[in-house]
Amino acid sequence: MKAAAQEKFAFNKENEEVFQETLKKYPTKMAVLLPALWLCQKQNGHLTDEILEYVAGRLDLSPVHVYSVVEFYTMYHRRPPGKYHLQLCRTLSCTLCGCEELREHLAKRLGIAPGEKTRDGLFSLEEVECLGSCGTAPVMRVNEVYCENLNLEKVDKIIEMCKADKPLEEEPMGAH
Amino acid sequence: MSPRIISINFDKPDAHKLSVYEASGGYGSLQKLFTMPPDEVIEHVKNSGLRGRGGAGFSAGMKWSFVPKDTDKPKYLCVNADEGEPGTFKDRKILQLDPHMMIEGVIICCYAVGIHTAYVYVRGEYVKPARRLQAAIDEAYAKGYLGKNIQGTGFDLDVVIHMGAGAYICGEETGLIESLEGKKGQPRAKPPYPAVIGVFGCPTVVNNVETLSALPFIMNEGWQAYAKLGTEKSTGTMLFSISGSVERPGVYEGEFGVNLWDFIERSTGGVRGGRKLKAVIPGGSSSSILTADEARSTYLDYESIAAAGSMVGSGAIMVLSEEDCVVKALEVVARFYAHESCGQCPQCREGTYFISQIARRIENGEGSMEDIEKILDTCPLLMGVTVCVLADSIAMPAKSYIEKFREEFDQHVKEKHCPYRSAERKSAVL
Ligand SMILES: Cc1cc2nc3c(=O)[nH]c(=O)nc-3n(C[C@H](O)[C@H](O)[C@H](O)COP(=O)(O)O)c2cc1C
Ligand code: FES
Repeated sequence: MKAAAQEKFAFNKENEEVFQETLKKYPTKMAVLLPALWLCQKQNGHLTDEILEYVAGRLDLSPVHVYSVVEFYTMYHRRPPGKYHLQLCRTLSCTLCGCEELREHLAKRLGIAPGEKTRDGLFSLEEVECLGSCGTAPVMRVNEVYCENLNLEKVDKIIEMCKADKPLEEEPMGAH
Repeated sequence: MSPRIISINFDKPDAHKLSVYEASGGYGSLQKLFTMPPDEVIEHVKNSGLRGRGGAGFSAGMKWSFVPKDTDKPKYLCVNADEGEPGTFKDRKILQLDPHMMIEGVIICCYAVGIHTAYVYVRGEYVKPARRLQAAIDEAYAKGYLGKNIQGTGFDLDVVIHMGAGAYICGEETGLIESLEGKKGQPRAKPPYPAVIGVFGCPTVVNNVETLSALPFIMNEGWQAYAKLGTEKSTGTMLFSISGSVERPGVYEGEFGVNLWDFIERSTGGVRGGRKLKAVIPGGSSSSILTADEARSTYLDYESIAAAGSMVGSGAIMVLSEEDCVVKALEVVARFYAHESCGQCPQCREGTYFISQIARRIENGEGSMEDIEKILDTCPLLMGVTVCVLADSIAMPAKSYIEKFREEFDQHVKEKHCPYRSAERKSAVL
């Protein structure tokens, strides 16, 4: 029996509209590369070779250019991250406030090292550089949500929330 | 109390909404703005003494005046919202709590320089601040503050948010420009400066979020009112992001010219847990470290901090207590620069990695006395030899950490372990 042909990647209707709007905002097509990659990642979760070729085609760029740009930036995923992608800050202010202990705790609790994904695909762990939230250190981004003023209990609670598929809320930002 | 200019609305509920911003006089400067010839606006901002808050501290008005007037090319503004300098978290506050103040500043800058398109380059992680900013931009368009024929003046301006994707070097202005063009964010050799050849080959102003946010006050109250604050060469106020081992970390607006430690203590309540102060890093992780004594005797302005051998930079103040390890700090900071080097200059690519590896070895108790010398010998090789100053940004601090806290480095080597580690652990569980 023949395997069903994999569907070719293309922007869905909504993203195609955003893409067309974005093209109008820049004098060159190349400038739309980063926005286009974000859009693909939003649609597919990660960026496959096929997607990179697709983007190159849509923007009249050489595929090599697209590959080299994607490699340069840390936030584009070439492989599927976990459903919850944990990005724990490791820079100075977070270190001064105990992020190393959180990393050890997370690694033990999830059974993975930074750079890895749990077998069930639920969590991936990444150590990242300063997230621009040093006043509420230590800090971790869970997908797009900033989790601030962390301690061991809070980290455990976040893991439980994710496991229960409950949405995480950012704490309201204070005046300082 | 320091006067508050940039953070004046931070504690008002819903200050990010146009109606609230307008109710407190927001966008009020535009009436005056559009009656002034653009050149006069540039003079006005020059006279205010406003300096760039992104790190380099260059005169904003002066930078604008470098943009050629007789060009037939379009001109651009790039708002630098990449905020990547470790320890800095004030632009995130502005974007999220008071985005309209920045937009008003963008209008002022663009009118003065003759710009009709502004790109706001926001670091990729700032999804929520970017959403807030987009909502504010949409409101401003709807109210006729942006778009075609602003307030019936015939002046057009579009503002576009451009999301970064995770790379500190894209905060460097020419790295930002390359990235905006759809390339790797590798800085360009200067000259030509962006004011002459910037994004898309056109004259470009790059300004930090906070720099622009100071403009409405300067237009409303007059340059004299701004220049009256602070010191002669460091005028006005700045948002200081204070973090590390203090009681109440946060963003605090301060007038230039106050005593550094006094300001930190007054704002944050001092060192966490009543511990003793060990050191202060005054201007982001790229700045040299100050000892406790230096921090107590230095004033918080560009000239005084420079005289003390460091810099105001992005206003990111990090405090180390007696229980924090300077060697660990160097390991972490060096690892950051090694990770963020864009790789185009060999001295930076190899040098940052070299320093980070040795610092790590010493911190882990596996270093030798020669290792300490090796770092000191490497630092000068990284200074002033690369396309941008990322390499200098680790060389200067590394040298200062070792020179000012040599005994800590020696102790790590002699005792073959980090003497602070247990203390650090203790403080972490608090
Ligand atoms: C490695 C490096 C990183 C930088 N990162 C930032 C940044 O994240 N945000 C910023 O505003 N300026 C940053 N700068 C400074 C910019 O190059 C530039 O001076 C600034 O955006 C100009 O705006 P201003 O004059 O309003 O400060 C960085 C500089 C260097 C060398
Ligand atoms: S050091 Fe962790 S957010 Fe800045």
